[in-house]
Amino acid sequence: MNRRAFLKWAAAGGAAALGSPTIAAGAPRKVPDDPYGCLVDLTRCVGCRKCEQACNRVNNLPPPSTPFDDLVVFDRHRRPSPEAFTVVNRYHTGRRDDRGQLVPTFVKVQCMHCQDPACVSACIVGALTKKTNGAVHYDVSKCIGCRYCMVACPFQIPQYEYTDPITPRVRKCTFCFERISQEGGLPGCAAICPVEAITFGKRNVLLDLAKKRIQENPTRYIDSIYGATEVGGTSWLYISGEPFERLGFLTLPSKPIPQTAEAIQHGIFKYFWAPLTLYGLLGAIMYSVRPKTPSRISDDKGDQS
Amino acid sequence: MSGRHAAAPLSVPLWTPGVFVLIALMIPGFVFILARFIGGLAAVTNLSQTSPWGIWVAIDVATGVALAAGGFTTAALAHVFGRHAYETVTRPALLTAMLGYTFVPIALMIDIGRSWAIWHPIIYWQGNSVLFEVAMCVVLYTNVLYIEFLPIVAERYKDRVRLPGPLSILNGIVEKFLQVADRTLDRVMWVFILAGVVLSCMHQSGLGSLMLIAPTKLHPLWYTPILPLLFLLSAIAVGFPMVIFENALASASLPIEDETPVLSALSRYTVILLGVYGILKVADIVVRGAAGYLLEARVESFSFLVELLVGVFLPFFLLLKPSVRKSRRGLFISACLIIFGVVLNRLNVFLVGFQSPYAEKGYFPSIGELAVTTALIAAIMFLYRLLVTYLPVLTPRNHSHTTTACDGALLQEGRAES
Ligand code: SF4
Ligand code: SF4
Ligand code: SF4
Repeated sequence: MNRRAFLKWAAAGGAAALGSPTIAAGAPRKVPDDPYGCLVDLTRCVGCRKCEQACNRVNNLPPPSTPFDDLVVFDRHRRPSPEAFTVVNRYHTGRRDDRGQLVPTFVKVQCMHCQDPACVSACIVGALTKKTNGAVHYDVSKCIGCRYCMVACPFQIPQYEYTDPITPRVRKCTFCFERISQEGGLPGCAAICPVEAITFGKRNVLLDLAKKRIQENPTRYIDSIYGATEVGGTSWLYISGEPFERLGFLTLPSKPIPQTAEAIQHGIFKYFWAPLTLYGLLGAIMYSVRPKTPSRISDDKGDQS
Repeated sequence: MSGRHAAAPLSVPLWTPGVFVLIALMIPGFVFILARFIGGLAAVTNLSQTSPWGIWVAIDVATGVALAAGGFTTAALAHVFGRHAYETVTRPALLTAMLGYTFVPIALMIDIGRSWAIWHPIIYWQGNSVLFEVAMCVVLYTNVLYIEFLPIVAERYKDRVRLPGPLSILNGIVEKFLQVADRTLDRVMWVFILAGVVLSCMHQSGLGSLMLIAPTKLHPLWYTPILPLLFLLSAIAVGFPMVIFENALASASLPIEDETPVLSALSRYTVILLGVYGILKVADIVVRGAAGYLLEARVESFSFLVELLVGVFLPFFLLLKPSVRKSRRGLFISACLIIFGVVLNRLNVFLVGFQSPYAEKGYFPSIGELAVTTALIAAIMFLYRLLVTYLPVLTPRNHSHTTTACDGALLQEGRAES
């Protein structure tokens, strides 16, 4: 749907739900302007799974069912789980090296720490928040386990502890919030990577670094930075030698996911004007059609319910 | 209070075979609820990391709230728009709404992981969250419904509060409470009636906004910025059919007044509402250019077509005929179709049309989920039966039939029709 059609319908929807198209257009949202990020260079990753191991250690996660040095896990594409906040998958895109061998590409998957995260907008109690340092932080003490964050996340990241009857948690990469909050702290995965496939730093700096690498080596990289604009930008960025859609990456719009819902929501609820207007309107109707004979009130008493 | 508008307790025995069936339907559900609190959601449901919401949200909450719309639509018609002829159906509609909303938090307690934290939204406000808005409106509206229902309790038990056994020490307090409620509520009820209508409009549309957060996951046949408006309109449209449906069920098993004239008068509004809704649905997919998806022979396109043709246009054309509107059976069948359409619409938006990326398998409810949903519906029906037996909600048959002002008004409405 193009923008005009959208606005047209937003206007119709707004007007009918007593919203106003001008307010529904919404103000630009507040996103951290100098967050940290990680740049993952897929051309460097060798699939050693050291990042998975480090993540497991720094987050005190349970031991994996298959050991971290077992390459058999690459046979199928895995997703993060309540026990593993990050996983590395192997893709063969058909490219061959000089000796005719298929060249694998390894892709590390974790929460993207979106700039304007759908999960944060969705969470009913604000258990998920976007911190100024870029991390999308989960506060278990507020969470009610409604799983609306899972409905919302376009990357399908939040994972739920379905087997826990009373205190299940939403699990996802924390961006090692505690570690990066300290001076010089690095995420566990970025710190350990032996081939420097993961670079931690300010997102703006990383974007420049990514552009520089692509410019300096245009045959090695495709000219695209995943996460630069996807869903309004993410703190985690990827550069690659292969088209992203062949590596399990989703093709997503550049508009932040929460915008439609929030524009409509805020359009209707700004200063409660729509509900109050409706209240007044209905009140006026009620008053004008009220029974003229006062005796009716007591006659109808039981029916005034 | 005499004449056909005297709602009264039905002096019928409570423990009929039908009631035992309801109880039998509840038992397996309670076993599964127990299992859910021992083994977690995984033990009972087919939910997964890619299907976070199942029928407990889609049916028990989203659909239940839509089907409880009879409460605010009849209240609006009879009390706000002054169509007092319809007051006779406001009480049962109010009762259904009250029960329906009471079961929303109960269903949610079973579904959310941390049931004991269900009150958190009351202190941790997150105004950007559509779910927060819906939750708040539902909480407020449920209380409004209780207040609206209080006069019915007062009418029955005022001056004769006799609580059994040790509870009898509360007699004085309860008596006082009912007295005060009876005296004051009458004068301020309009505040709550208006609030109820406004709150309903807010959260009925809010339920539609819930899925606006998933533009890449909800199928384009349903993902539209006017989803909130469509949800609101369909809830209003299903309000009167629900009243018709309930009345048909109630009069099949209980000795109550035949309300067909009132119901056929009501159905005229339904035709209009349904027509507007249907046109909007069609215009929506055309304007957004999503109509092409209908040609894909897939579950989604099929489900959408059934929803629209069987659930909206078929009852619309049926109800256009005065003969259908005047016959009990015609009304009932049309009402069933409309209700089916709304139920299917909610299922489509929340389940059929919802597809997570990386999903390895689709979602289909487990036996446990179905059993719990069945139990909750049976519990609502049981409570309905219980309350109409002891409280003046329905109009019993065999009342001396005197023509009242309301009858006159209804006759006029009827005349306007033909
Ligand atoms: S990737 Fe998903 S879970 Fe992570 S911040 Fe974005 S929306 Fe939230
Ligand atoms: S499951 Fe928890 S974190 Fe996710 S939206 Fe619900 S309350 Fe928020
Ligand atoms: S940032 Fe921390 S939590 Fe996230 S994948 Fe790396 S090590 Fe794991």
